[in-house]
Amino acid sequence: MVKSTLLQLISIQFKEFLREPGIIFWALLFPILMAWVLGIAFTKKGEVVRQVALIENIDSTNINLRDFLSDPQIKVLKSGEHQQTFTSVIENTKLGNTTYKFLITSWDAAELMLKRGKIAVILVEHEENVEFHFDPSNPESQSVYLQLSAVFNDASFIYETSTIRPLTKAGTRYIDFLVPGLIALGIMNSCMWGISYALIDMRSKKLLRRMVATPMKKSTFLIAQFSTRVVMSFVESALLFTFAFYIFKVDLQGSFIALLAVFVAGNIAFSGLAILVSSRTAHSRVGNGLINAVVMPMMILSGIFFSYHNFPDWSVDVIQKLPLTMLADSVRSIFNEGAGLSDVLFEAGMLSAIGILFYSVGLWIYKWY
Amino acid sequence: MNPTTENIIEVTNVKKYFKDVKAVDGVDLEIKTGEYVALLGPNGAGKTTLVEMIEGIQKPDSGEIRINGKKWRGNRDALHKIIGISFQETRFMDKITVNETLKMFASFYDLDLDRVQLILKLINLEEKQKSYVVNLSGGQRQKLALGIALLNKPPLLLLDEPTTGLDPTARREMWDILFRLKKENNTTMILTTHYMEEAETLCDRIVIMDQGKILAKGTLDELLSENKSGEVIEFGLEGNGHTPDFSRLKGMQSVHYNEENAKGKLIVDDIAIQLPHFIDTINEQNFKLKSLECRKMTLDDLFIKMTGRRLSD
Ligand SMILES: Nc1ncnc2c1ncn2[C@@H]1O[C@H](COP(=O)(O)OP(=O)(O)O)[C@@H](O)[C@H]1O
Ligand SMILES: [Mg+2]
Repeated sequence: MVKSTLLQLISIQFKEFLREPGIIFWALLFPILMAWVLGIAFTKKGEVVRQVALIENIDSTNINLRDFLSDPQIKVLKSGEHQQTFTSVIENTKLGNTTYKFLITSWDAAELMLKRGKIAVILVEHEENVEFHFDPSNPESQSVYLQLSAVFNDASFIYETSTIRPLTKAGTRYIDFLVPGLIALGIMNSCMWGISYALIDMRSKKLLRRMVATPMKKSTFLIAQFSTRVVMSFVESALLFTFAFYIFKVDLQGSFIALLAVFVAGNIAFSGLAILVSSRTAHSRVGNGLINAVVMPMMILSGIFFSYHNFPDWSVDVIQKLPLTMLADSVRSIFNEGAGLSDVLFEAGMLSAIGILFYSVGLWIYKWY
Repeated sequence: MNPTTENIIEVTNVKKYFKDVKAVDGVDLEIKTGEYVALLGPNGAGKTTLVEMIEGIQKPDSGEIRINGKKWRGNRDALHKIIGISFQETRFMDKITVNETLKMFASFYDLDLDRVQLILKLINLEEKQKSYVVNLSGGQRQKLALGIALLNKPPLLLLDEPTTGLDPTARREMWDILFRLKKENNTTMILTTHYMEEAETLCDRIVIMDQGKILAKGTLDELLSENKSGEVIEFGLEGNGHTPDFSRLKGMQSVHYNEENAKGKLIVDDIAIQLPHFIDTINEQNFKLKSLECRKMTLDDLFIKMTGRRLSD
């Protein structure tokens, strides 16, 4: 006896998936790679290098600046005819060390470097004091100004860091923000590309109509698609989580049952959306565009890589109703805030309802032939 | 007489228009159980549209289709079980093997693995069963499509251009499989094609279609004799830019002459009587005969006579 239709369809979909090495990379390894790169880039504050232009005035009486620049620790890196470079490291165990490169140059050259983003601040030495020229809306310039002005006014201030308490507790770091977002993103991509693209491709090959021109039940066929996706996104999420757990100590603080509920609801939501998106077109390229049109805005707006609270207030209300936002926020609250089933029940219910709605509309207008 | 026991398929005055194209324009067709019928016609004749309406894939604008006395509406499951289909072009999943593809379709019909093996043997793809579909030749893919159509031992087979694009050997192999089915299972089949040889060799009855209409139907003999079974004179002249005038010849069924290549074709009642007159006419009008062939009429000749065009255009 051949396996039941459902199992047969699921096993075929897995085989198709696993025999395409590219898909394995993009679905399984890429999210991990992304978590790794972004996690390292934003979590471990390594040596920061800041460049500053200095327009010297030999007659300056600003003792602190002179002291600072004549500190024996300061290294003269290179001196040319027009330009000298000094490097000074401000050590700070809690914020990380900052290396300052002082480029001694003319005003015109300094202005050009500022425009090009090469330097953050221009320092102009006067007889009595130092002038800081920078764009106040640039946070990097601001921090350079704060740090350097502290040094020039009273060098000891900068070493006084007992009041700084870096947040390294699990749940508050960037990686803790990122990993749940990536899990949500993975569910969306897995469903949208895995179901929509596969169905449109089958339609364009006229395979879809061949399969439904048999006693096979359409519902069985769609359930197989959904089941394959649930298993696939489960594996993807589990791998990503395992990686984040061992490398970054990302921890699940809330309830596993809640996570499972949200996970299934997310799959329902995006499977439904995927059915709707794939309901009409028979052209892979059109399908590609359609899927991107759905996936891209959510990827940008839903707070996967950075918080959507920076968007204008009126838009936040809308953004919070996007399925990916709901999914990412609930997963995040379970991971980082210790949310339980009752905390995410509403979101899980909404996601499932959205999915079923999309699914019904999609099925209603579905082009099988 | 109860027609449903006699005819497995009954198509009554079926029409299907696409905007300004009359793809199928009032077709009547009855197919008896055990019959092999060829739908013969050039590209765009409406063969696919007609077959897909019989397959329940497209809906007729008007008219009625019954299979085993049943309409598609409300009988889809029952009808799918007795029909084997091969579409004009289906591409199966690239990186799934022949065996896996068959197994998947077998599961739709609740069949066992023995059936899959039997089909592999029948379509002669046993040694290819572990190959990915993407690595199959055109002929092997068509055989796989046929194998899928045959999985459920369908009493009714609907094949849309199953041999188009295949080389003569591969085509011959398909024919052999279909011959066996007819002999062993009393299968009924509709096959569309634009190869008249395929229609002649494989099928009991031929239905000639063009521009959505059935022009003629019957056995090969019937078709040729119904149309006063002419005979054909084909000739080539030393071209001089003029068309010879055959208007005074008697017993002509149709006349075609192409000035560009100076070749012509006459369908006449009786070569023995008409040939001397033909040669006289040529000579009288100062044409010089370069080639001459006399033969019985074929389907292709019949098609040209009816439509003024060749089948394979
Ligand atoms: N879905 C469609 N939309 C518009 N025109 C179509 C469609 N399907 C077929 N046609 C037209 O109907 C005519 C018959 O097509 P078809 O049945 O495919 O012919 P055949 O199979 O004999 O080559 C053609 O002119 C074709 O262009
Ligand atoms: Mg066709």
